[in-house]
Amino acid sequence: MTSSRNTSLSRFVDRVTEGVLGLLALVSGGIVLLIVWHLFSGAWPAIEEGRLGSFFTDAKWQPGSQRDPQFGVVTMLAGSFLVTLLAVALALPVGLATAIFHRFYAPAFLERWNRRMMELLIGVPAVVFGFWGLMVIVPLIVRFAPETSGQSLLAGGIVLALMILPLIALTSQAALQSVPDAQMQAAAGLGLGRARTIWSVALPAARGGISTGVLLSLARAVGETMAVVLVCGNIPQMPGGLLDPIRPITSTIALEMGYATASHKALLFCAALVLVLFTALFVGWLSFRKNEVDPGTGGA
Amino acid sequence: MARAVLGLGLLATACGKRDVGDTVTATGSSTIAPVVADAAKRYEKLHPGVRIEVQTGGSSRGIGDATTGVADLGLVSRVLKDEEKDNLTAHLLAADGVCVVLHKNNPVNQLDKQQLIDIYTKKVTNWKEFGGDDATIVVANKAEGRSTLEIFLHFLGLDNADVQADVVVGENLHVINSVVSNPNTIGYVSIGTASAEEKTGTPIKLVTTEGVVPTLESVRDGSFPITRPLNIVTDAKTSPVAQAFLDYLMSTEINDIVEKHFFVPVR
Repeated sequence: MTSSRNTSLSRFVDRVTEGVLGLLALVSGGIVLLIVWHLFSGAWPAIEEGRLGSFFTDAKWQPGSQRDPQFGVVTMLAGSFLVTLLAVALALPVGLATAIFHRFYAPAFLERWNRRMMELLIGVPAVVFGFWGLMVIVPLIVRFAPETSGQSLLAGGIVLALMILPLIALTSQAALQSVPDAQMQAAAGLGLGRARTIWSVALPAARGGISTGVLLSLARAVGETMAVVLVCGNIPQMPGGLLDPIRPITSTIALEMGYATASHKALLFCAALVLVLFTALFVGWLSFRKNEVDPGTGGA
Repeated sequence: MARAVLGLGLLATACGKRDVGDTVTATGSSTIAPVVADAAKRYEKLHPGVRIEVQTGGSSRGIGDATTGVADLGLVSRVLKDEEKDNLTAHLLAADGVCVVLHKNNPVNQLDKQQLIDIYTKKVTNWKEFGGDDATIVVANKAEGRSTLEIFLHFLGLDNADVQADVVVGENLHVINSVVSNPNTIGYVSIGTASAEEKTGTPIKLVTTEGVVPTLESVRDGSFPITRPLNIVTDAKTSPVAQAFLDYLMSTEINDIVEKHFFVPVR
């Protein structure tokens, strides 16, 4: 076998690899377009009838009422985003603390054991989280607020926070681990204590990776369905407080899609489309801001 | 790629259609589906070569799929509406009731129609009005499109816009879980589901309504006020295979299956 044949063969292999990888990458990226297109065609009958206006102006969501059918999506959009923000607000401090502990303080065996546990937590199915929330978290809330069902914004926030916690902790830990040792040693050489080094050197350097983790978990939480439908109470209203029930858009789709007929179904497709668009805008805006603040360390 | 996806879609549609070998498709109410699925297992053993596919999706889907011919049999857990009777025929499989459920520790045992109306419209908000504890009533309602909701609201004569609920849930079991997690909750479910849960030790009770205790017997003799038919619907073009399975469902052969699911056999 001559070396030139060898080279041309390896070049051919390279070509094929590149082609296959490219195709697969484009398919993964293109799936989202396919889904949006499907949502759009499902929603089209409602858009064509000019129902989108009432979508944003109707105060309530009661598609099955004979007397006063209303199709307002605003309360459900608010529900989706409030529960997501609450979850991130609860999970971020705990997740960051876990990551810092793992990276800088924990003995190796403890770090390993705890990290394995968190990886396990990621694998727990959403319906199990939801059911556990309904049987454990909800009765706990009822004990403090017996006049409510306990299925509430708070219950949803807590359950979602537990679901995204390992995601935030593990991505933050990976980001902290990728901070060059030289930077840490330089800080130590300047006489900074460990806490100060973590706060002023490691965290700022890892900011890009951490916020990528937060973005991923935001997207994960906003799309979560099975867990929230079990613990959020599902009343389509603007919540007045943490103990009020909310109805995320995903819950509405899960509760009503199988049962919906023609125009109701098109409106559910509309709701899904609205959720996807708002999430895309939100995530787009966040990553734009992230890159603006932090152009060097793009993270993932 | 679009063409490939389209091809797959057509293939899937073709498989769902009738006249493909000896396959019978039944879709619709999630209340009826478990009964038909159990009956189908037994029928397939008796008739090798026949395949029966059962899918849920609610009574509305049962109506839709039977009308368009996507399914041979539609599963519909309510009375047919007049306009539905033009194209479809209903075959009564079994009877079911919808009953009010409370926590076992709630002292209230009986609620009549007017009291239920007052609770579900929040005219009365405390259990002590009905001889219960001094505690706020937590109202659980079903999600739009469930036939349990339609039947319950029809009995009360309410529109869903009148109902002031504290929690809205989809599945029967979620109603029961809500009652278990907050003992001040009131909900309503299929008598079949409630009896099965009560029997396995779940701390709930079935509430007497209009003086009648919700049991399989009171549904059978028609004295319980909130009942519904569990129907199989067909259009005019039922295939011989589907007709044979329908005849089997309409026979006394499956009475034990119906009773196992806590519904009332009608033959």
